[in-house]
This record gives sequence, structure tokens and C-alpha cells, in this order.
Amino acid sequence: MEKNIVIIALFAALIAALGLVPKFTLASGIPITAQSMGIMLCGTVLGSRRGAKAVLLFLLLVAIGLPLLAGGRGGLGVFGTPWAGFLFGFPFAAFAAGLIMERWRSDNIPLVAGCAAAGGGIGALYLIAVPYYMMATSSGLDQALFTAMLPFMPGDILKAILAGYITAGLAKARPDSLLSRA
Amino acid sequence: MFSLTSPVKSPYHNVPPGPKFFLLMIASITLFLIGNIYLQAAALAFVLGLYLLPGGTFFKEGLRMLWPLWPFVGIVFLWHAFTHDILPGLIIILRMISAVALANLVTMTSQLDEVIALVTRVVTPFRRFGLRPQILALSIAMFIRFLPVLIEKGGLLVQSWRSRSTRPAGWRVVVPLALLALDDADTVAEALRARGGIEPDKI
Repeated sequence: MEKNIVIIALFAALIAALGLVPKFTLASGIPITAQSMGIMLCGTVLGSRRGAKAVLLFLLLVAIGLPLLAGGRGGLGVFGTPWAGFLFGFPFAAFAAGLIMERWRSDNIPLVAGCAAAGGGIGALYLIAVPYYMMATSSGLDQALFTAMLPFMPGDILKAILAGYITAGLAKARPDSLLSRA
Repeated sequence: MFSLTSPVKSPYHNVPPGPKFFLLMIASITLFLIGNIYLQAAALAFVLGLYLLPGGTFFKEGLRMLWPLWPFVGIVFLWHAFTHDILPGLIIILRMISAVALANLVTMTSQLDEVIALVTRVVTPFRRFGLRPQILALSIAMFIRFLPVLIEKGGLLVQSWRSRSTRPAGWRVVVPLALLALDDADTVAEALRARGGIEPDKI
């Protein structure tokens, strides 16, 4: 009970820390932060339910006015753009990533965690973010794919691969810590 | 603790957050339903007027908070310029700026403790679904306590990486940082239990 609450709160803080420590840009020259990788890690490490709860806590704190999103953005305003579907999709992304980790146990962790991160952080996330963008701007699929999906795609693929390696690193250092496989 | 609440006092600071959030919700839905460009422009002018009311300093602060929106405005504008249908693009841009500006206004004029109190009050009816307000309050407190700790430890990890390598730290530092979070969680959970733990729900 205590452990669950504490670890959810700490992973929510970890998502924020990954977006705020400026040196955590993933590849030199490409200005992508590690924040959405934090969302993937919540799923692959904590599992579906705990992962989604950590992300929900993080979003709640963004909404009540803490500048926690990458680049120090926050408050209610960030939920007002046509791209807010990404934020609303984050908990589902973590849930889906966790679910894949929990169900697919037959292969090695880097592979499964990488696929889980991609399935949640790209598959589930874009399934929500792209239709949200189309609804918010009453645009067609072509526009949504160009303006809401394409700019983020290369970074997200890289992040999913890294999330796989990081999850495997954690499993190696603390075999019990992978609650998604507990 | 850092927050986005404006230090410049405005009349809006005195309105309790509950009504402000409610009005924001209504205004956002209305903005979404308006399809006329003149009405949208008028709405944006009205919102900017709301920012001007408490004075120039407040207005500038508001503009600074709106600034991160420009890449989004740029993308929408470029797409619509490219497809030669500029009017719907302008409506989307105006609507987006008004909606974000209004939401920022609520954030800038609400004290963090008031908003946390509002959230705890709003979630109380969800008790029966397992969402206990006390646990939510504890989670928020722990988050706010541990975020600076994690940021500091992340900074230290980056520094120690730098002192040993000529290459930038990058993603490899995330593993030890997450490990620190996992270990801290163990210690803190144990400490909570040692002090009586979290009471099981009595309902």
C-alpha cells in the first residue's frame, strides 16, 4: 500500500525531472527531451495501472499550475492547443505499454520493453492524439499526419528504443524493481 | 516551490478558483463553437483586454506565457498557406490563442494551495471508486517534495558523467536516475510504515 503510493509519486516526479533537467537532450543537435520517454518508462517499469496513475498525477500537477512540461510550460493553457491530445493520451500510452509488458513474457526484456514502449508511446498515443487534432482543427487525416504526427515520429521511435534499454538496465540492477513483471 | 502564479496582484486573484475554472470551461466550449472569424477576433481582443486590466506588467507577463505557442501557430499557418485555404487556418489560430490565454489567466491568478484544496474537494465524491482525497493529497505532497531532490540528483549524475567523459551524458544517465527513484521509494515507503503507515479506508 505505502510502497504503491510512494512509487507512483516518485515516478510522476521522474517524468517531470526528465523534462526539466536541460542536459537530458537525447541526441546531440536534435532538440527532443526525455519527457515522453518518462511516460513510456512509467508503463514498462510500473505496469499498466500504476504507470497510468503516475502519469495522471503528473498531468494533474501540470493542470493545477506547475511548470513541469519540457521547456517549463504548464498550467491549464497547455491543454488548450490542438496538440493537447498528446497530453490526454499520455495515461493511455503508459497503460498500454504496461499491459504489453505484463502479457508478453516469453522474450528478452530489451526487445519486449522496446516494443511495449513503442506500442504505448507511439501506437496508443497517436491513436488518441491524431483524432483529437483532427477534431480540434476540423481538419482531414492528411493535415493531421503532417502537422501532428510526422514532426514527433523520429524522436518517439528513438525514445521507444532507449526506453527498452533503460528498462532492461533497471531489471539487471534491481531484478525486483520491474513491477510490470512482478 | 515554483509555480506559474503571477506575483502581480490583480482583481482576478480575489475570485475563488472554483468559479474561475467553471467560467473557463464554458468559455472554452463557446470558443470551440464559434466558426465566424470576426467573432473569433473580437473574442481574442476581449481576452487581451482582460490581461490589460491589471496593468502593463501583468500584460507583459501574460504575453511571455503565451510565447511558447508560436511554433504551433507557425505549423498551422504554414499548412493552410500551403493548401491555399487561409481562412479556416486563421480561425484555428485565433481560437487557440484565446483558449490558451484564458486558461493561462486562470493559472496566473490562482494560488497553488487554493487549487489543491479545490482538487481535493472535487475528488471527494469519487471515494467510492477507490480515489481517496487524503491519498491524493499525500501523493501531491510527496511529488512536490521529491521533484527538487530528483532534479538535483540528475544534475549531479550529469556532472559526474562529464568529469569522466568527453562525450555528453545523454540517455545513459536516465538508468541511474530511475534507480535512485526506485531506491528512494523503498526507503520512503518503509519510513511511512514505521510511522504508522497509511490507514486502510474505513468506508
